[in-house]
Amino acid sequence: MRKLFYGLAAAAALATLAAQAEAAKDTITLGMQLEPPHLDPTAGAAAAIDEVTYANIFEGLTRIDQNGGVKPALAESWTISDDGLVYTFKLHKGVKFHDGTDMDSADVKFSLERAMDEKSTNAQKGLFKPISKVEAPDASTVVVTLSQPTGRFLFNMGWGDAVVVAPESAEGNKTNPVGTGPFKFKNWTKGDRLTIERNPNYWGTAVKLKSATFKFISDPAAATAAVLAGDVDAFPGFPAPEALAQFKSDPRLKVVVGSTEGETILSTNNKSKYFSDVRVRRAMAHAIDRQAIIDGAMFGYGTPIGSHFAPHHPAYVDLTGMYPYDLAKAKALLAEAGYPNGFKARLHLPPPSYARRGGEIIAAQLAKIGIQLEIIPVEWAQWLKAVFKGYDYDLTIVSHTEPMDIGIYARDSYYFQYDSPEFKALMKKLDMATDEKTQYDILRQAQRKLAEDAVNGFLFQLAKTGVWNAKLRGLWPNSPTQANDLTGVYWVD
Amino acid sequence: MSVFLARRLVALFLTLLGASLAVFLILEVLPGDPATVMLGIGAQEDSLAALRAQLGLDRPAWQRYLVWIWGWFQGDLGNSYAYDEPVIKIILERLRVSLPLALMAITLSTAIGLPLGVLAAARRNSLTDVSVMGFVQVGVAIPNFWFAILMILFFSVFLKVMPAGGFAGWDAGVWPAIKSLILPAVALALPQAAILARVTRSSVLEVMREDYVRTARAKGLTFAAALWRHAVRNALIPVVTIMGLQFSFLLAGTIIIENVFYLPGLGRLIFQAIAQRDVIVVKDVVVLLAGAVVLVNFIVDMSYALLDPRLRGGGHGQ
Repeated sequence: MRKLFYGLAAAAALATLAAQAEAAKDTITLGMQLEPPHLDPTAGAAAAIDEVTYANIFEGLTRIDQNGGVKPALAESWTISDDGLVYTFKLHKGVKFHDGTDMDSADVKFSLERAMDEKSTNAQKGLFKPISKVEAPDASTVVVTLSQPTGRFLFNMGWGDAVVVAPESAEGNKTNPVGTGPFKFKNWTKGDRLTIERNPNYWGTAVKLKSATFKFISDPAAATAAVLAGDVDAFPGFPAPEALAQFKSDPRLKVVVGSTEGETILSTNNKSKYFSDVRVRRAMAHAIDRQAIIDGAMFGYGTPIGSHFAPHHPAYVDLTGMYPYDLAKAKALLAEAGYPNGFKARLHLPPPSYARRGGEIIAAQLAKIGIQLEIIPVEWAQWLKAVFKGYDYDLTIVSHTEPMDIGIYARDSYYFQYDSPEFKALMKKLDMATDEKTQYDILRQAQRKLAEDAVNGFLFQLAKTGVWNAKLRGLWPNSPTQANDLTGVYWVD
Repeated sequence: MSVFLARRLVALFLTLLGASLAVFLILEVLPGDPATVMLGIGAQEDSLAALRAQLGLDRPAWQRYLVWIWGWFQGDLGNSYAYDEPVIKIILERLRVSLPLALMAITLSTAIGLPLGVLAAARRNSLTDVSVMGFVQVGVAIPNFWFAILMILFFSVFLKVMPAGGFAGWDAGVWPAIKSLILPAVALALPQAAILARVTRSSVLEVMREDYVRTARAKGLTFAAALWRHAVRNALIPVVTIMGLQFSFLLAGTIIIENVFYLPGLGRLIFQAIAQRDVIVVKDVVVLLAGAVVLVNFIVDMSYALLDPRLRGGGHGQ
């Protein structure tokens, strides 16, 4: 019956497709699970803000491309002084904001200073910390002076939080975003959908799409139905991996599995009673079967990781073999630490399914070596308060989705409470390093150090599971930054 | 009548005051800081402090309560933290979906539930009665979200005659807007209709056993005439009570259905607002809904008076 049903559905679908094929499409409807609260990427952390606006509406000095590389954006070129402190950006000429005003060095200066300001509510203010001053000697030149060399500065300027805004429109960007990008904001039916349209006065190559609509569908079952019904042309971050098998057998659809910057980890309170002992943390590492978690919680989508680093990065070292799955070894380590019979601890789980499903599997796995976990489901606001700010937790599961965020392990008072002078020294060296080879060497050492200290349970790199119409081209398979860059998207017949 | 109205107004005011205090206190003890939720885990302390000051969250609780209540008296419900827009504007936008949806669902459930209930009562123990009660059993037992998904699979994925979800918006025209509300309204109406049918049936049966119905029959009235003239009208009082409760429920209790059909309604708004700690929106919507419930109860009370002359005159014992 089920087969017949889908068979008929497919036949009906083909008939509709044939009817639609007459005119080449130049619009797209994209599904997104979360709706942005507002549209100002410089004043909020919600990934959905960038997923609508990044590269489409707003642009920065640089931009991050689909492979995670840094490309020029509003700055056509730049030079860096030998000491790595002075960056001179040459801006594109003739760039206009969507409201018709000119974009020049004064706007860049304004944007950076606004983000650095005492009253700034920028969610990534840390990106701007190294800047000591910004000067605009002429309309198309910006000189940024740093207080200390920052190897990742150009990458950081490509974040959504560092886009260039105009003093005239900055305050209204939350509801009426005015950027320089190839798309303009058109309208937003809150709770339902948001439409952007082609910017006819774009300074660069015009986009092929005439307009794009984002539809916000949070429920996984509803998202599945919307894809099957053709209500959305693409769902780049599809929330229900269990439905992908069904999509794969559908000739109208293409399932694309890519990578994200999300290291999914069993965050461990390194100062809590039991887990301050590295032997306990190593025992856990020996008792965790990553593939079982990926299969059970993510339906097989995800890449095992052995440290806090993305497997697709050139400096990645595979450390997944450091603590092979070995229950006897794990028990021996626990006994050595003084807990031959194990102990009880808490596991706080935020709402995403990787955490809720993964948590249950981890609890079962750790129970085998005597660590009894009490599962405490929390919502994000609670998680932020109790776990992230209050350090009132033993273990939790979270995906750290910021790109290249290994530096968080060097932060004072970060919620892992990992306090390692050696690791901090490595990160300092990384900032001083200007050539790529040295940087990569240091990054490799850093990954190894985190794995040796078994700071957290390193589980897997979150996969980006997307599904879209087979005739659609140019969507990003990977997610090197939070974005739905539509600048290269087009339809084929 | 005016005494009755005045009493109702006082009750409305006290209910709103009570609701406002309750929701304020609950949100006060609820863990979670709106600023941290908005700026995420990469935020620096000074950005958070700046945002808290901007939202007025750095003031003591009693001041925030008074500022909020004072705003209500001036017709200013405040600005949403997350959306940075007046809450009243957001609520009105959402009501454009929730109100028609609730009205459609209640109309539909009444249109199905009432006649079925009367029919089952009139043909008690017949095949009709058994089938109606069977439908009722199924209607009450099926979770509406599951029924909704089945309808989406059939009408949207398979037949492709209905959108799988979303709201076309009233700007897109009346028909597309109504069309996007049909499946959700049916999903909401079915269980309500089942409940309504069951209540109507037992209520009618009860009234049919009353002495005055027997007297009416004895005077020579036909069964049908006795049923329609005497029984149904009197049996409607408990039914109207249920309908009042159902309408209040439909106005905001549709969170799950709104999620399944991703409709931008009031239920989803309050759900999102709680998760985002957009507490001002939560507070305003809760107080507004409390007001709506009181209002619907008032209308229900008034309709009792219409149905039963003895209740007219506000308890003067005429």
